[in-house]
Amino acid sequence: MKDTEGYVTEDGRQIGGVLMEMQNITLRFGGVVAINDISFDIREGEIRAIIGPNGAGKSSMLNIISGFYTPSEGQLIYKGSPRPQMKPYEVARMGVARTFQNIALFEGMTVLDNVMTGRLTHMKSGILSQAVWWGKARDEELANREVVEKVIDFLEIQNIRKTPVGRLPYGLKKRVELARALAAEPSLLLLDEPMAGMNVEEKEDMSRFILDVNDEFGTTIALIEHDMGVVMDLSDRVVVMDYGKKIGDGTPDEVRNNQDVIDAYLGVAH
Amino acid sequence: MSTSLKGAEGLRSIPDLLRRNKQAFGSAPAYREKEFGIWQTWSWSETADEIEAVALGLLEFGINEGDFIAVIGRNRPQLYGAMVAAQMVGAIPVPLYQDAVAEEMAYVLDHCGARFVFAEDQEQVDKVIDIQDRLPGFERMIYLDPRGLRKYDHSALNKYDDVVASGRAARGTLGAELERRIAALDYDTTCVMLYTSGTTGKPKGVVLSNRNIIETAKASSEFDGLRQTDSVLAYLPMAWVGDFIFSIGQAYWTGFCVNCPESADTMMTDLREIAPSYYFAPPRVFENQLTQIMIRMEDAGPFKKRMFKYFMDHARKVGPKILDGESVGLMDRLKYALGEFMVYGPLKNALGFSNVRVGYTAGEAIGPEIFDFYRSLGINLKQLYGQTEASVFITQQPDGEVRSDTVGVPSPGVEIRINENGEVFYRSAGVFVEYYKNAESTADTKDAEGWVATGDAGFIEEDTGHLRIIDRAKDVGKMASGALFAPKYVENKLKFYPNILEAVVFGAGQDRCCAFINIDLTAVGNWAERNNIAYASYQELAGHPKVLDMIQSHVEEVNASVAQDDMLSACQVHRFLVLHKELDADDGELTRTRKVRRKIIGEKFEDLVNALYGGADSIYTETEVTYEDGRKGKITATLSIRDAKVVPVEIKPLEAAE
Repeated sequence: MKDTEGYVTEDGRQIGGVLMEMQNITLRFGGVVAINDISFDIREGEIRAIIGPNGAGKSSMLNIISGFYTPSEGQLIYKGSPRPQMKPYEVARMGVARTFQNIALFEGMTVLDNVMTGRLTHMKSGILSQAVWWGKARDEELANREVVEKVIDFLEIQNIRKTPVGRLPYGLKKRVELARALAAEPSLLLLDEPMAGMNVEEKEDMSRFILDVNDEFGTTIALIEHDMGVVMDLSDRVVVMDYGKKIGDGTPDEVRNNQDVIDAYLGVAH
Repeated sequence: MSTSLKGAEGLRSIPDLLRRNKQAFGSAPAYREKEFGIWQTWSWSETADEIEAVALGLLEFGINEGDFIAVIGRNRPQLYGAMVAAQMVGAIPVPLYQDAVAEEMAYVLDHCGARFVFAEDQEQVDKVIDIQDRLPGFERMIYLDPRGLRKYDHSALNKYDDVVASGRAARGTLGAELERRIAALDYDTTCVMLYTSGTTGKPKGVVLSNRNIIETAKASSEFDGLRQTDSVLAYLPMAWVGDFIFSIGQAYWTGFCVNCPESADTMMTDLREIAPSYYFAPPRVFENQLTQIMIRMEDAGPFKKRMFKYFMDHARKVGPKILDGESVGLMDRLKYALGEFMVYGPLKNALGFSNVRVGYTAGEAIGPEIFDFYRSLGINLKQLYGQTEASVFITQQPDGEVRSDTVGVPSPGVEIRINENGEVFYRSAGVFVEYYKNAESTADTKDAEGWVATGDAGFIEEDTGHLRIIDRAKDVGKMASGALFAPKYVENKLKFYPNILEAVVFGAGQDRCCAFINIDLTAVGNWAERNNIAYASYQELAGHPKVLDMIQSHVEEVNASVAQDDMLSACQVHRFLVLHKELDADDGELTRTRKVRRKIIGEKFEDLVNALYGGADSIYTETEVTYEDGRKGKITATLSIRDAKVVPVEIKPLEAAE
């Protein structure tokens, strides 16, 4: 799959060229090899899932993409050129946004303020003009607020706009996290277990929002998820990891029938 | 202001009124809608321009005079505009309940043969697409919110903004035709067709003419002195006649501003921000708000609690008198003024009622405690009695003569008479033209002289001239002993308890009355929390023995109160059960306006009714439920049945009733 034209999904969506490519990534913590020589790519406009049993190295992989970890070996090609070692905030400026497995919102701030923090990478005015809130800082805030309001409208959280996040139920917090990530207008959106701990109804809502985001904004999405039903329904292509190795890569159907994948999930003697 | 317009010629239709408003109040706000966190405003002249563009767009699609156009969605300025645009081109707007499932929509759309549909969003578009094969007359759909619709087949689907744009561009070629169509409208042209939800049978299309709507809007606006500077919050279903009268009839007649909430969930916040001066809500909304306040007060500190109680007690004593302009002592007035500063003002502000000059409730009986609570705060809450067939107004309460147990005096221009069976009849300029394609029902309801049967039993109080409604005429019956049976009377008494959301009383032809009870999840859930009662679901809470104890005490209190009434003392509830599911319009148990469908409930839960009369302590039951997306599921439960204490009374036969 090294071509640049992309492919057409089952439901008729056109998927573009390679947005990010992982080349022979290895990640070690001392003697522990968390990720062992993994290569795969993420294409523009697709929903790419990374699955695997606990401890397979999925979150580590996401952390490498977001710049939180630096790979011990191998390199990332982002938008056609190798990405040098970067801090997470620098990666964020390049258009990568994420949500966290354990919600990482500012509990005491309102939903609106939390989502506004997603716009930080787009704010250029200095601390002084922001403090007096005049001229450029003011215009900038208004423009950013407009983007944020569109996201709030899109995710249907108008009714909790002014509610402190700490008072919200879990499922809504997850949605606010998604809102914050979307507010950054990312070209690549990383979702770390977006459905963890949700009930069926909340999962359905979240799935719909993920599909809508992909459909409406054309955002490329990479997600980690344990709920196989969700993964198989949502994603266009799936990478399967086990013990730090890639054991499968392909469409949900291909992966589902892959013997290595079945073994990894059902368990065989190693 | 409106008096000067009374004699004005040429105001024979809603589009005429729109043009007058454009000239008279051009830059004043006509509609506001909160979107992206900001109240967006349309002035009367902007509104008129946009509506004309939509009308021209409809002409481009080849709309004919007399076609029907369905409008489906929540209250939005564009959808109100779509209705007026339909009128402009000589078509008939038919607003539909947005929460109706596709099946219900199929009946209505097929019955009127709608050629075009305005749909708010993907949800509504999907419903219509699901059923379009069964709608031979259906041609094209126009949607507002493009979200999720980009990839749909657009051969018979248009975006609202595109229709407006192409309409604007077509003004040169089609402008003359539009003028001709507007000029062709007269006082007896159909203004709107509204489907009554109907507690029995299929919905009926009520045809209302411009005369009905404009005369009613004019009379009722003058009755309450509505002004151009008033504002309302439009949040009740657009398919309901009341919303049409308030948000189109009266709004276009007086030129006041209609405000649309951001979404159904933000209604309370939006109400607070807008603080309307004219407000309408069914009793349920007032009940919910009061329940919310009381729940929140339970969590307040002891000082605030005591202050709230002290001033509310005082308000109950003198508040309604002050509102009615009766004489109240100076000290009481001063104390009330202090209370206004400390409690009433902030409370009204929190509720969004700071500016309410005229407030109405109707549709169901309102509990006296609830009614008095709002009046004592200084909110001019009144009751009215109306019907779709009357263009709403039959009776209403004038300022200064407001009571919770009557529905007021006949509205201006309405005549009322009570027939020998106690059924209420009325005649007015607002009386509907006909039921669409249903001459038989029209003849049953409206006689040759224009008198319309309400189907409600009631009487006029001799000393005050106020009308009192007892129950639906067909529900009033006899028990086996010959005693009068009026279920609604008992149900209302039960429903006045915050813990009881809905009650259904059975007893016609039986020797005693039994009841189904629905608990109010908010109130009972809060009570459970404070009393450390754990529950995982509605069903579990509803079946909890302590909840049953509480409901039993309510039922027994109601029995004691019913026993006081000479005529209805036989209607005491002997046995009851708490239902395992909330009665729901999606399951056909309630109408879309949330009125109980007695007969359907009786048939659906026949096993439970039999158990109530059979004497068993508990009953196992299976119930089919319909989810919001139309799928069906099944829930099972074992319900316990309780006996309630009754007060022994002497049974009087029905002949005593009058």
